[in-house]
Amino acid sequence: MTDRQIMTGHEIRRAIVRISHEIVEKQAGAQGLVLIGIQRRGVPLARRIADAIEEHEGARPPVGALDITFYRDDLSLVGQQPIVKGTDLPFDISGATVVLVDDVLFTGRTIRCAMDALIDFGRPRAIRLAVLIDRGHRELPIRADHVGKNVPTSREEIVRVHVSEIDGVDEVSIGRLAQAAEPNGAGGL
Amino acid sequence: MTTATTAPADTSQGVWRHRHIIDVDVVTWPEIELIMRTTDEMKGVLARPIRKVPALNGRRVTTLFYEASTRTRVSFETAARNLSADVVSISTATSSVTKGESLVDTVRTLEALGTEFLVMRHSVSGAPYLAAEIFGGHVLNGGDGWHAHPTQALLDLYTMRERLPGGDLRGRKVAIVGDVLHSRVARSNIWTLTAAGADLWLCGPATLLRGMDRWAAAWSGGAIPGHGRFNVTSDIEAALRDADVVMGLRIQRERMQGGLLPSLREYAARFQLNAERISLARPEAIVMHPGPMNEGVEISPDVAVSGRSVITDQVTNGVAVRMALLFLLAGAHEQAPSEAAR
Repeated sequence: MTDRQIMTGHEIRRAIVRISHEIVEKQAGAQGLVLIGIQRRGVPLARRIADAIEEHEGARPPVGALDITFYRDDLSLVGQQPIVKGTDLPFDISGATVVLVDDVLFTGRTIRCAMDALIDFGRPRAIRLAVLIDRGHRELPIRADHVGKNVPTSREEIVRVHVSEIDGVDEVSIGRLAQAAEPNGAGGL
Repeated sequence: MTTATTAPADTSQGVWRHRHIIDVDVVTWPEIELIMRTTDEMKGVLARPIRKVPALNGRRVTTLFYEASTRTRVSFETAARNLSADVVSISTATSSVTKGESLVDTVRTLEALGTEFLVMRHSVSGAPYLAAEIFGGHVLNGGDGWHAHPTQALLDLYTMRERLPGGDLRGRKVAIVGDVLHSRVARSNIWTLTAAGADLWLCGPATLLRGMDRWAAAWSGGAIPGHGRFNVTSDIEAALRDADVVMGLRIQRERMQGGLLPSLREYAARFQLNAERISLARPEAIVMHPGPMNEGVEISPDVAVSGRSVITDQVTNGVAVRMALLFLLAGAHEQAPSEAAR
């Protein structure tokens, strides 16, 4: 089954720049702002948003990485042993405005796990959510504050976000859930 | 006892095929690497303001110890609590228990009470295999007789990798000194350290090395692929010279039967890890001991608390390793019945 491209590298760049402006506007500056990417593809996206903010604000917000494996509610259900990819939060999140960054927003369960995990590290002033793709089908009352692209999908489809840092290419495509066992769970939880 | 007959699965994607942790002999090197990586993450959890994650929320862990223990038992219980599991601990007097029906009954009862993870220590080698045959959940061996202490070997390996430059044991000289004969710690360490490529030396009085030279000879002939040769000697100076790691083993007085040792004083005079002997090792060498220590017998008090000593690191790392193993087992899936005893 062939995948259909829904975002080019150029469109991804434009979306990231727009999100970077939205984040700063909502926050009225980059003060007290931290970006935390959800492993795995949220992390490079968070770095790129921070780069973009640095370009127009002159100050780069700190960037961290969050692994949510220990917080999943489906440990005994997932098809493969989850691999832990590392949490790195080299700053105090207490009192900060945290922008969680992920590639795809789907059921919302990853974001719930991420919020549980974050709160174990401190008490942020606010938690916001930025995603490259919102594909719908929420199972929890969660919405994104900043969305790169809304993509209507069916549950049988899979959204694949590729970023050059991990996959060697910037691209978002959509395909059928044929043999769905994507090792990194591309398409989101 | 089981032997690994099937080819190891590809663990790069996190395939974990073990339902139990009973011995390290069936754990492949990629699986050990997965355990080490997961342990790194658990150490990260232990460094957080709230040292607790909900990975095993609501899962039930029971520790069943037929032999005395402080650190292993507390370490497992701490590990389970750090993962939000519910923990029950049961102590049993050795005297009233014989291998067989009563162990089987106890395990069946614990399963009926809802235990999913059974951590056990038993003075009879092989007892955890018996438990695993009848238990529907996961068995973790906290030490059985002289046979195996897999979590100790894994935490020892983790501690060595953490302390050695480059985190690699290949070609590093590791000397294990003391009561090797009665030591399940030594037996499990032989598997992991030879797999890691260490230059392993076992040292002690000849009476406490019984059988080890035959084991070493078999492996020198390539009996087990992936596991290299190791040295067995009663020459303490040869064992310690230029060592990168020196591990003392407890003289197990409770297991000594007539004639193995003339006296503890004589043992201490010839084999004690004291400052003078340790000076034969490399200047940056680390000193380890699985505990509990008989200070003044196999190790002198000054060496035990010296700057080289990583004995407290071993204790801390033990919690992280056991968290990693509980976590990996929790994600394990239904196995074919033939793999049940793994």
